[in-house]
Amino acid sequence: MALGATFAGVIRRELRLALRQGSDSIMVVTFFVLTVVLFPFGIGPEVNILERVSAGILWVTALLASMLSLDRLFQTDYDDGSLELLTLTPTAMEIVVVAKIAAHWLTTGLPLIVAAPLLAVLLHMDGAGFVTLLLAMLLGTPSLSLIGSIGAALVLGARRGGVLLSLLILPLYIPVLIFGVGAVDAAIHGFSPDAHLMVLGALLLVALPLCPWAASAAVRQAIE
Amino acid sequence: MHRFANPARFLRLAAVVMPWTAGATVLLIAAGLFFGLVASPADYQQGDTVRIMYVHVPSAWMGLFVYTTMAVASATALIWKHPLADLVAKSAAPIGAGFTLVCLVTGALWGKPMWGTWWAWDARLTSMLILFFLYLGHMALVDAFDDPTRGARAAAILALAGFVNVPIIKFSVDWWNTLHQPASVVKMGGPAIDPSMLAPLLLMGVGFTTFFVTVLFLRVRAEILAAKIRAIRLTQVRGQGVG
Repeated sequence: MALGATFAGVIRRELRLALRQGSDSIMVVTFFVLTVVLFPFGIGPEVNILERVSAGILWVTALLASMLSLDRLFQTDYDDGSLELLTLTPTAMEIVVVAKIAAHWLTTGLPLIVAAPLLAVLLHMDGAGFVTLLLAMLLGTPSLSLIGSIGAALVLGARRGGVLLSLLILPLYIPVLIFGVGAVDAAIHGFSPDAHLMVLGALLLVALPLCPWAASAAVRQAIE
Repeated sequence: MHRFANPARFLRLAAVVMPWTAGATVLLIAAGLFFGLVASPADYQQGDTVRIMYVHVPSAWMGLFVYTTMAVASATALIWKHPLADLVAKSAAPIGAGFTLVCLVTGALWGKPMWGTWWAWDARLTSMLILFFLYLGHMALVDAFDDPTRGARAAAILALAGFVNVPIIKFSVDWWNTLHQPASVVKMGGPAIDPSMLAPLLLMGVGFTTFFVTVLFLRVRAEILAAKIRAIRLTQVRGQGVG
């Protein structure tokens, strides 16, 4: 009971904070949209080229947007000391961390999924890929938040935390990227994306218990 | 294991072990190079470029082996708070990064005449590159904190998280088998490589391992001495402050 109450309480707190400082979520989506819009300028407006690279662009940009918002996960709470109070809750730290990750996904991953189909239209993505893109992002973006939580917790109190975070996290994001893009490409070329989606699901299922565990270990050693 | 938590005891052990591993390194690598470069036949397809293998393949093995060592040391450090395990993990990372870099560079040199390209986005090459970045991330994280123990602990968690990647690298060949040839030394039904080439390969592999052990002991010893110097300086500074 107390477990569920803590979980819900932390999520409520995180969402309220995100809503009160409403710009944060919007900034992530804005970054996503702006970066995607840069690509046609970079590689030219030809429809067939954009169509070919659309899945990759969307995934890479979503990945970067998700990574850039990771500092909100623990850093602000670490700076103002509330993270220390959260570690004092009688419930296991892992539950608090899972709740924070869930809130992070709700405020960054979900808006990215909402914005993705619109950007797919701008990049002339084949219509066959849309549903798969949404499914793949639904399965993949929670993994991004989960894996990212480890990095976000590890760099607490480090010098140049932001740059360091990208060095730590981007290599670990690569499997999600490979299978996320693979699913969409398979669907566009008329193959079944099921295998890729299942691997994305498997990655999520592996990340779900392991990442909060590692992240809360990292938070604990940062607080000590 | 906790016998070696005592730095003085470790230093005595290092003094005994290091001459032997250093000597073995020289002998094994010299023999491996002789059999690899002179006594073994050139490949019937690849000609003399196949000899790059005797450096390339052992360094790839070592890239993985050193990361495994790091992960084991990190787990030891986190679970038992073993003070030397932190130093082992920290000292192993640059060596592993070196082996991985050697593997990538020799791979590029081998790929140019064989595949006609310096680099191919194949599963094994790519995962080796990822491994290199994992090493760099570990090294950066160790140095990112003012408090060395804090950096060591954070890096230990990172090493374990990254260790999930090592099996993916090892088995990625079977997952996304593309341009790179499938594994040919360890596979069902015995090695698919001629004994005249396998012998120098294994000699080099063992030689690289003893080299790693030697350098690891050297680096851990240097870390212990650096910590001692730091402690002495601190007491000196305190002494001056009081006086």
